[in-house]
Amino acid sequence: MLRFEGTDTYVATQDLQVAVNAAIALERPLLVKGEPGTGKTILAHEIARGIAKDLITWHIKSTTKAQQGLYEYDAVSRLRDGQLGDERVHDIANYIVPGKLWEAFEAPEAPVLLIDEIDKADIEFPNDLLLELDRMEFYVYETRRTIRARHRPIVIITSNNEKELPDAFLRRCFFHYIRFPDRETMQRIIDVHFPGLKHELVHEALTIFYDTRQAPGLKKKPSTSELLDWIKLLLVEDISPEVLRTRDPAKLIPPLHGALLKNEEDVHLFERLAFLHRRERSGS
Amino acid sequence: MFFSFFAELREAKVPVSLREYLTLMEAMQKRVAAFDIEDFYFLARTALVKDERHLDRFDRVFGHCFKGSETPADPQTAIPDQWLRKLAERFLTDEEKQLIEALGGWEQLMESLRQRLAEQRSRHQGGGKWIGTAGTSPFGAYGYNPEGVRVGQQGGRNRSAVKVWDRREFRNLDDTVELGTRNIKLALRRLRQFAREGAAEELDLGGTVKSTAHNAGWLDLKLVPERHNVVKLLLFLDVGGSMEDHVRVCEELFSATRSEFKHLIHFYFHNCIYESVWRDSRRRHVEQVPIIELIRTYDRSYRIVLVGDASMSPYEIEKEGGSVERWNDEPGEVWLRRLFEAYPRAVWLNPVPEKYWAGTTSIAMIRRIAENRMFPLTLDGLDRAMRRLKRRG
Repeated sequence: MLRFEGTDTYVATQDLQVAVNAAIALERPLLVKGEPGTGKTILAHEIARGIAKDLITWHIKSTTKAQQGLYEYDAVSRLRDGQLGDERVHDIANYIVPGKLWEAFEAPEAPVLLIDEIDKADIEFPNDLLLELDRMEFYVYETRRTIRARHRPIVIITSNNEKELPDAFLRRCFFHYIRFPDRETMQRIIDVHFPGLKHELVHEALTIFYDTRQAPGLKKKPSTSELLDWIKLLLVEDISPEVLRTRDPAKLIPPLHGALLKNEEDVHLFERLAFLHRRERSGS
Repeated sequence: MFFSFFAELREAKVPVSLREYLTLMEAMQKRVAAFDIEDFYFLARTALVKDERHLDRFDRVFGHCFKGSETPADPQTAIPDQWLRKLAERFLTDEEKQLIEALGGWEQLMESLRQRLAEQRSRHQGGGKWIGTAGTSPFGAYGYNPEGVRVGQQGGRNRSAVKVWDRREFRNLDDTVELGTRNIKLALRRLRQFAREGAAEELDLGGTVKSTAHNAGWLDLKLVPERHNVVKLLLFLDVGGSMEDHVRVCEELFSATRSEFKHLIHFYFHNCIYESVWRDSRRRHVEQVPIIELIRTYDRSYRIVLVGDASMSPYEIEKEGGSVERWNDEPGEVWLRRLFEAYPRAVWLNPVPEKYWAGTTSIAMIRRIAENRMFPLTLDGLDRAMRRLKRRG
């Protein structure tokens, strides 16, 4: 049986491994949620890499319809061909454009299908895909043909929680909530992304990072992807661990904070905290 | 075999259905997780829980149902027998060893230690440190210091000393607790409604094909207006007085609402609605908006949300001149009723936890005026409020 155990560029915690393996073994979709930047989309890429399968991604937008994942009937070009007297017009199959699900169903080997940010679409979107994801088949009305999956693809669905998903849909999925990594896991994640990084730098960076996350009232807490960006920046700018360690209250804002704090108000909040801190110091 | 677990989950209001249960059974059959309680916990979680809000409830039920069955990680059996024996040998004199025999032998001694540990564990329920201090244990009498027996830290297996589900890391995702900006946003999204209005500039494919067919094959383009969010909202925020404690929550609510609606107009009031409200809380005495004018300006299609703790003296609601701000000719109740009448789709959100509502007279009064459309300012409450706002009347 195929088993996913993380890859050399992705740290999968035990609970995530169990969830992914359950989805693979039972051939059910896996719904992944979690704070933005905790690696939901990357997960599908890494699963595909980890078990050596092709990856088909379907990015969902607010205008995406479930039908577009199955197939689309290109009526406009048929109309044009009809008016121009093109021969192709007699066969309607010429105007059926397969969607991502069709592509995944027809693949010679079971691929990994990523349905990214399903919550962006209309509320009815997941309901429209119930049968298709359950039975892994659908019917093309125009050509009176049933498309059936040759091999059930491994379906990974991500959601940012913007809309609630219908119960009937949820019942058919496995669910995993990616928790924000604890320090230990984060250390492993950094090791994977920046092998050979100086231990001190990581230590100091992580301390600042978790302190920043603790700050009360932050609008957008920095997440894993922001931490990785920030460390990359620290490396590029060649900032030494000593600089990070100097807890000069006047410089409470971490160096290169632009990578961590994405919100003007958050930066202001930090400045205010720094100010208060300084006043406390001079007062005591 | 797991049916009582399943039943308890349902009792704890984790929405699990038979289908999920069968999925779990199927996964067990396929050996996704076998012989490892932790794997089983993860598997059960991924199969049965479909919403992070229920994770904490799940953890609680799991902890309760499978307490004691997690043999490998259990403290009682985790005491390394030989290790204790070795310790004892090191510390006990021959004489004392004989004493042990007299007391019923090593086995019995171990048994009593186990019992003690079990007691200790249940007293320190959920705690992360156990043992270490068996000061009164029979071992003390035999001359070595039990301080040194740090059972829980043995071996890699026991890294799960505090069991994963006992950590309850998802506590803050439970929706009965108060909420942050993001949560509010999510709840408010429920209000989004789309309608086609304005200039027709999107190609209506279905319509075009149809009318082209009618047109004997000659292309007849049809356009429709784009879909827009049409929810219009008037937001009334209580400021000052007893609301001081809740100002932060209200600010969050306000910042969350801004981007969600087509029209969002906010007003401030103090404790109760009287003849006028104000747009800017700093210039409240200068720029006031009379309610009458407000009702004239914004039509019935607007929905209104009042946010306030409704905690005041009953006089402020039912008597003329009850306002703490200035003299009012008509009691607050009259103005509230006018507002509710003018806007059939209205709710009152109250940051005071629901369980305290019964204890405050003014809350009960406002609830009556609002015809029970008062909801607590929790994610669940917001949800119910938004559902109520979608309904007509």
